[in-house]
Amino acid sequence: MTALILTVLATSIPLLLAANGELVAERSGVLNLGVEGMMLMGAVSALGIVLYTGNPYTGIVAGALAGMAVSLIFAFFAVTMLTNQVATGLALTIFATGFSGLAGAPLVGKTSESLPKIIIPLLSDLPWIGPVLFAQDLLFYLAFVIIAATSWFLRKSRSGMILRAVGDNHHSAHALGYSVIRVRWLAVAFGGACAGMGGAYIPLVLTPHWSEGMTAGRGWIALALVVFASWMPSRVVVGALIFGGITIMQLAGQARGWAIPSQVLSMLPYLATIVALVVISMRGRSSYLTVPACIGKPFHPGS
Amino acid sequence: MIRLVPRTETSPLYAVISPVAAILATVIAGALIFTFLGYNAGEALYHFFISPLSRIDRITDLVVKACPLIIIALGLVFCYRANIWNIGAEGQYIIGALAAGWLALSFPDTTSPLLLPAMMAIALMAGAAWAAIAALCKTIFNANEILVTLMLSYVAALVMDVLVRGPLRDPMAFGFPLTPMYPDAGLITRMPLPGIGYVGQLHYGVLIAFALAPLAWWLLHRTLPGFQVRVMGSSPRAGRFAGFSQKRTTIGVLLLSGGLAGLAGMVEVSANIGQLQPNVSFGYGFTAIIVAFLARLNPIGVIFAGLLVAMAELGGDNAQIALGIPKVVTGLFKGILLFFLLAGATLQHYRITWRGLHINKEHGETSS
Amino acid sequence: MTLLSAENITKTFGTFVANDRVNFSIEPGSIHALLGENGAGKSTFVKMLYGVLQPDEGRFVWEGQTLRITSPKMARRLGIAMVFQHFSLFPALTVAENIALAMDDESRLSGLRHRIREASDHWGLAINPDRPVGELSVGEQQRVEILRCLLQDPKLLIMDEPTSVLTPQESLRLFDVLRRLADDGCAILYISHKLDEIMELAGKATILRGGENVGEVIPRESSTRDMAEIMVGNAVDWIERRKSHNPANSPPPIFAVNGLNRPAASAFATPLRDIRLEVRPGEILGIAGISGNGQEELAEALSGEWLAPDAEMICLDGRNIGHDGPEQRRRMGLETVPEERNGHAAVPDMTMVENTFLTQYFSFSSGLSWVQRQLAYPDLGREATDAIIRAADVRTPHSNPMANQLSGGNLQKFIMGRMLSTEPRVAVISQPTWGVDVGAATAIRRALLKLAEDGCAIILISQDLEEIFGLATRIAALNNGRLTESHPATDLTAEDIGLMMGGVSEEEARA
Repeated sequence: MTALILTVLATSIPLLLAANGELVAERSGVLNLGVEGMMLMGAVSALGIVLYTGNPYTGIVAGALAGMAVSLIFAFFAVTMLTNQVATGLALTIFATGFSGLAGAPLVGKTSESLPKIIIPLLSDLPWIGPVLFAQDLLFYLAFVIIAATSWFLRKSRSGMILRAVGDNHHSAHALGYSVIRVRWLAVAFGGACAGMGGAYIPLVLTPHWSEGMTAGRGWIALALVVFASWMPSRVVVGALIFGGITIMQLAGQARGWAIPSQVLSMLPYLATIVALVVISMRGRSSYLTVPACIGKPFHPGS
Repeated sequence: MIRLVPRTETSPLYAVISPVAAILATVIAGALIFTFLGYNAGEALYHFFISPLSRIDRITDLVVKACPLIIIALGLVFCYRANIWNIGAEGQYIIGALAAGWLALSFPDTTSPLLLPAMMAIALMAGAAWAAIAALCKTIFNANEILVTLMLSYVAALVMDVLVRGPLRDPMAFGFPLTPMYPDAGLITRMPLPGIGYVGQLHYGVLIAFALAPLAWWLLHRTLPGFQVRVMGSSPRAGRFAGFSQKRTTIGVLLLSGGLAGLAGMVEVSANIGQLQPNVSFGYGFTAIIVAFLARLNPIGVIFAGLLVAMAELGGDNAQIALGIPKVVTGLFKGILLFFLLAGATLQHYRITWRGLHINKEHGETSS
Repeated sequence: MTLLSAENITKTFGTFVANDRVNFSIEPGSIHALLGENGAGKSTFVKMLYGVLQPDEGRFVWEGQTLRITSPKMARRLGIAMVFQHFSLFPALTVAENIALAMDDESRLSGLRHRIREASDHWGLAINPDRPVGELSVGEQQRVEILRCLLQDPKLLIMDEPTSVLTPQESLRLFDVLRRLADDGCAILYISHKLDEIMELAGKATILRGGENVGEVIPRESSTRDMAEIMVGNAVDWIERRKSHNPANSPPPIFAVNGLNRPAASAFATPLRDIRLEVRPGEILGIAGISGNGQEELAEALSGEWLAPDAEMICLDGRNIGHDGPEQRRRMGLETVPEERNGHAAVPDMTMVENTFLTQYFSFSSGLSWVQRQLAYPDLGREATDAIIRAADVRTPHSNPMANQLSGGNLQKFIMGRMLSTEPRVAVISQPTWGVDVGAATAIRRALLKLAEDGCAIILISQDLEEIFGLATRIAALNNGRLTESHPATDLTAEDIGLMMGGVSEEEARA
């Protein structure tokens, strides 16, 4: 049972990080469909650096930087050059998938150091949750810290408020003197860094080697997760566990011969996301829970 | 800091130059990346762009590969021209293939020539119905179609998975998740070239793609519904002034693009695979989005864009065999090309100016 | 000491003089109204006060010091605050967050919420700081905007047409707040065209017309009539009016609107209330009014872009067409020309031929069956388009340009020509000569007169009084979504029209 929970948690971390980052970008009004590509860049960079330096911690930094670097390409086109965000995001995924494949080719077959587990004294001795939550690696802890920080940032800080304002009504934000372009670049960069770290987690902790497409579509799931979580970081955690948990339940269910096909279980999060989206959209702009109103719309001061 | 300023006039010459410029810029950028990563750029470029055209059977492979991309992209052109962002063509493709497959497998012993047209019809309807879900969500609940169509893609893949491993599975397939083969009446056979005979995998389905493109152009530019699509995408208020309905346009383009994606799914399976398996699409639905943009949302351009993208795909295969470069690297070129094309589209309507950042102490306000 | 005085303020845009040597002064603690029609120069003047624009000539003297107001931030630092007609709010954020974003000092949110509650109690602007702005009514949203200003301790509060979005009760509450502010020493500059409000609220009123300051009035010692006369000027008295038909031998009305009610589609739209009008063939009914009083909403209701709840609300030649869309109305001979050329009357990035097709597609199909109608396409209208271009004398840079390659005047001539080519029986025209050069404007007006002569019933919605008086046989005014009675143009003076536009009823005016 503990093993099961551990597995769920561990496989959720890439999803958590990527969704958290994308959430921030979307709250500022930018839809970045390039998450899968950014995660792959993070994965390949992390692995590459670790093979070179032998120190797995450098992998975390490399992953974040790589994800951020490609996200800036996206920011340049979609935010500054006002290109269509859907197409640009897809271009980013395809580009980054290709680039990471190319960069990763020489790395195939090599195994690297994993991140060591850091056991927190006392807390890790707690029954039930101790070994699961407090005997993990640094990136695991970092993920939760980042999510908590993001939640605080959005809800309580002035900069977070400005970011939310930009995503809600970019013309008003501009009229009040805030730089919509700058806020969005920063939000996209943060999204890239998180996606990169999420991708880095896979070779650093889960499977310490490189294979093409090792993110297995998690980037796309992260996009769904953001909507499912109504663009709130706290709900991303819950959602990631559900999305991640479904996969595990699938395997467990098959082993026990459950009657419901596992694929139907897997469908549920996506169907629930559609329902959640419909409900949110129906209520219009009159509540806290709204689709960021400017999502996907390019901003130009004159328009 | 770069600032975009709207142009007062748009030059029509620009629309022709910018795709060519984008292609050139892509080749250069790609070559640089290859060199940076330690590969021989010249060899790589040869395998990517020249080798697919070097033999007749490679050219037919190109056409075969482009076929589903073209069909799907034609539908997407209508959607995007209307400002409806359907990115679920992947799911609509799968559902279309599934429906056609179900029909074929329900009549395993038939030899009727009606089976194939019936499969096409059901694939069209099923793909359209799948897209209709998103259409309803948008017109009734105002839900963002980008997210709904994307979610539905995942669901479609899972539906296919469940059915192929379950009710539709071939009991004699040694446990592999495969359906039985379609009856011959449900297959699209290979098409011989006059004077040459059968070449590669060239099949009759290719004719559908090449026939649909001018048909799509005709629909977009020579009919009232096509005009409606173009107006609603460009100036919705003028469209309402003309008496056009936003809801009907939304539903119409989604049904059309869903139907065409479904048709592409049916054609691809009937022509190249002959049975259903969990993975009948290799990202065609998403690649077709790239094709639509590469074609600058022009139906005739879709043919060229489809062939170009197919060429990049096949080029990637060749490069993998010859140089050991992973296949996904074609994505590099496709991605860069799309970036440059999209930027080019923006530059058609805006100029770039440089502004410095002024911090004016007296007024305490930054202006840039 | 005078709080602010403006001396010889002049502002020109190209050849258009928006403000022409305007002199103006306002005292602390006073409520001062700025009155004028559209285009009189009110909003340009006020933008210069708030630092959004800079004057070409003249100067401002603030609290005895001559200075240039170079940015809104500087204006705010001086103590000038402004509530615009269109709010800059964020619906998904709370009241407190909205206010925090607009404050120049980076105050902490918790302290701010406390200050908001205090201020709201003190000024009588009831608001809950924690509610998302999207849930508030427009009146409440305006309170947020006002509080934003008040928390910065302004000395001058500028309000641009504030009651255009308020119910009568909310307006009264606003007046209380403004009086309290004035008592506390804050000066209020109140832009409005509503004469009765100015009578009730303002201690002094400055009237702008054609960019000039044409009068300073103390409302208490004056009357709405006087103010209306100054606002409109007497130039219109010199325009020769068109005589309407003698009722005895005029044809019966061909088009009528019977008690049309249209609820506001959005917070900033104007609801239409009990609109009644009728037009006879050959008549031009001019509907005057300051923009924002329901003109667009009325035009949409008449064109079919908005369908009336009851079909009888709109009647064309005996048929109830309230439920018919634009295409059906056009088939019956009702044509409309909307206010906005780009993106409404015409599609900017489509060709002239395609723009003709936009409103005439049903006349190019080869038959009446549904299939035949769907097969119509723009190129079928090439000849028709050429005919329009010739008849309307549209100057094109080359053959078949796109609409956005034509000058404003030429595009408008084309749009008018497109309408005329269908020989409509009823035409609803909005702002036909706005932003159009003199040559094109004259041609368009002449075309409208000829159209009426040929027997068309025309409704002309315009903010240009000279145009209305020059063309209309009968005139009504639209104010706050209500239409006044129409009167023969020959019976109306400049004053009368000013009163009608200013929302003063006949009885009030006579008092």
